[in-house]
Amino acid sequence: MTMVATAMAGGSLAQYLIISGVLMSIGLAGFLTRRNLIVMFLCTELMFQGVVIAMVAFSRWHWEVSGQVFVIFILTVAAAEAALALALVVLLYRRRDTLDAEAWTELRE
Amino acid sequence: MTVSMLNILQSAVGVPAVPMDQVVVATDLRWAGIILLLPLLSLLLCGLCAAMRVKSKLPAWCTVACLAGSFVLSVLLYVNYNPPGEVIPLLSWMNLSWGDGALNSFSANFALYIDSLSLLWIMFVTGLGTLIAYYASEYMEPDLGKGYARFFAGVSVFLFAMLALVLSDNLVMLYLGWEGVGFASYWLIGYYYTRPAAVAAAKKAFIVNRIGDLGLALAVYLIWTTFGTVQYDELMTVLESHSWRAEFEGWTISAIPFLLMLAAFGKSAQLPLYVWLPDAMEGPTPVSALIHAATMVTAGIYLVARTYPLFLLEPVSLHVVAWVGGLTALLAATIGMAQYDIKRIMAYSTVSQLGYMFLGLGVLTTYGAAYHVFTHAFFKAVLFLTCGAIMHGFAGQLDLRKLSGLRHMKGWRITSWTMLIGCLCLAGFPLTSGYFSKDAILAEAFVTQGPGFEILGWIAILTAGLTAYYTFRVWFRVCAGPVSYEPGDELHDDHGDHGHGDFHPHAPRFAINSVLVVIAVGALVAATPYFMSNKADANIAGGWVADMVHDSTARAGLPGLAESQHPHSEEVSHGAHEHPTLFGMDPHKAMYFVSGAVGLIGILLAAYLHLWKRKSADALRGWLLARGWIAWLPRAMERKWYVDELYHALVRAPLWILGHICYAFDRFIIDAVIVDGTARVPRLIARWLQPLQSGAVQSHAVVMIGGVGIIVLLLALCLRFEWLGVVL
Repeated sequence: MTMVATAMAGGSLAQYLIISGVLMSIGLAGFLTRRNLIVMFLCTELMFQGVVIAMVAFSRWHWEVSGQVFVIFILTVAAAEAALALALVVLLYRRRDTLDAEAWTELRE
Repeated sequence: MTVSMLNILQSAVGVPAVPMDQVVVATDLRWAGIILLLPLLSLLLCGLCAAMRVKSKLPAWCTVACLAGSFVLSVLLYVNYNPPGEVIPLLSWMNLSWGDGALNSFSANFALYIDSLSLLWIMFVTGLGTLIAYYASEYMEPDLGKGYARFFAGVSVFLFAMLALVLSDNLVMLYLGWEGVGFASYWLIGYYYTRPAAVAAAKKAFIVNRIGDLGLALAVYLIWTTFGTVQYDELMTVLESHSWRAEFEGWTISAIPFLLMLAAFGKSAQLPLYVWLPDAMEGPTPVSALIHAATMVTAGIYLVARTYPLFLLEPVSLHVVAWVGGLTALLAATIGMAQYDIKRIMAYSTVSQLGYMFLGLGVLTTYGAAYHVFTHAFFKAVLFLTCGAIMHGFAGQLDLRKLSGLRHMKGWRITSWTMLIGCLCLAGFPLTSGYFSKDAILAEAFVTQGPGFEILGWIAILTAGLTAYYTFRVWFRVCAGPVSYEPGDELHDDHGDHGHGDFHPHAPRFAINSVLVVIAVGALVAATPYFMSNKADANIAGGWVADMVHDSTARAGLPGLAESQHPHSEEVSHGAHEHPTLFGMDPHKAMYFVSGAVGLIGILLAAYLHLWKRKSADALRGWLLARGWIAWLPRAMERKWYVDELYHALVRAPLWILGHICYAFDRFIIDAVIVDGTARVPRLIARWLQPLQSGAVQSHAVVMIGGVGIIVLLLALCLRFEWLGVVL
């Protein structure tokens, strides 16, 4: 496979992928270390954006516009999902008066 | 022999495959189908009565009216049919064809085969059915509004099935009727379904009959494969044109009569399948009289008589029929002598008399067998119906030790005297109907050549004496002597205002009394056909019934076969052959004296032991039981020769063990290992993996990321890192 240098304006594909990987890693680290439900949710959103950036980059690199169309769809769904998740967090908070994820370990059953 | 060979023979002899020259297809007699339809109509009406919760005797009147209609039509049919036989097509049912030639088609339709044999049967079946249904209208009164309609619906089903059995023109429809009467019998024996004994008896009857039904099913199949038809008229034509044994090869010709015999022995309660009939007495008494004495149990005799040419082809089968019949007659009579329940005594007597009929078939006197069926239907119906009247009036009392002197009691005279008539006929008292019909069989046992037939004749004569004894033991105990009685254990509400202290038996009323009188008169009149003129052949004894049998498929004379074996079958006149003798006389003449004398000895013995010196009967029993060398005899007779115990040891116990082995296999292998074992596997795995499920979201995420990482690594390994390297 040969690289198409002219296709990428303002930086190589690797640079975009690195940014994407950094966002993903920050999100992952945050998700694994924090206990606050809202923060955990924000971390998943971060991971999500990392993936979206990788997708746009690949789309551009391949000169294939359908990847970007797909990203628009993903963002729409993500917005809806965010609303749903925050609503769930609000409900969970009302139940236990805390945002700590440890309060819900009994859901394993 | 295969059918194709039969066809070659047929063409050689010039017999058409479907002979319609002899048996007329009569479409103008299609109204005869109404004989069959009326019991169905009655069933429908009884069902409606049950659905509308009718509290009156309406179901009984519907049944009586429909059955009376059937009887009238049967008599009209007898007047109108054209001998020797007619086929009346009603409905086409099975007409299959899958190619040309033999064994490539099968035809069995709803059609009636009318000949003198089926007419004889339907006339007494519908006649007695009507009378007994009328009797039952009073007898079943305690069940008004409860089981009343169900009872009469069962009687209607029985009549329909019995008529289908007798009138069918092929073996498949006969099989349908055969199963139908078995089902009706099950239905009515188990009528009192809250009594465990009745339920057990119904099951026993059904299961024992199943053995015989298997024989019939196999026989029908073999008849079709051997002769290519199941229709009587075609079958008889094939048989009559090739009636010498040597023409048929192969085992099927020998197997068919034995399978038919199995069926007949099951339905007609012969050794070793008779055990269900005595237990069947748990049903209501009209049922015992109609189904288990007069009509259904003679279906076996009818089957053998109908397929008689098949038996004639295999003489050994007739010898077996004769011996089984004779031994059953003796065995059942000895059991009947030692029982105390009068209904059971009558049941064993029925088994014994059916044995006589099979003996008659076996010694080539189908006339004697059919005549005995005819007379027995009347006098045994009387005996059962009087037993029923007594049972009805004395709250279920049937023990002959606890009833006495009925003929001196007000309201019981008709019962006593009609019972006496029944007893006289059964005992073969000279000039009664049973005397003539039994003699026809007894004499023939001495006339016909066969293995030990003479011994069989003496056994039958001995049995006649025993029959006279046990019959009059009942009558002298129950109807004669000083008046005394104890009520039975069925004190219903309608007896209810009196306790055991002042029990009043209620005497039978008009319906029961009138039926008793009519059937008793019928039992006496049943002797007259013996003296009626004989239009076929003046040399044949037996008059009308002999005529009836002579015209049917049951005649004992197939050319070339019966003649060699039987010096004077109905086909051959008396004088033509050398005749065996008994006491230097023609057996038919000698038998008048021998059996009359034996019957009188039996009656006198019963009179001595049970009327004049009543205490001596118990003394005799005690004396016998005290003697070691003979004590087994009364004991075995009272315990019914241990036949039930034998069945228990030979059939029920092995089946019980097999059943428990199957149960254990099911319980411990199928259930425990396969089903429960399979179900336990996921649970074990779950218990093993459960600790991983902490509920902490982060630890789940770690595991998930680890999993994704492993997948990515594997993918990378598969793609040999090249792709990744190129990208970077």
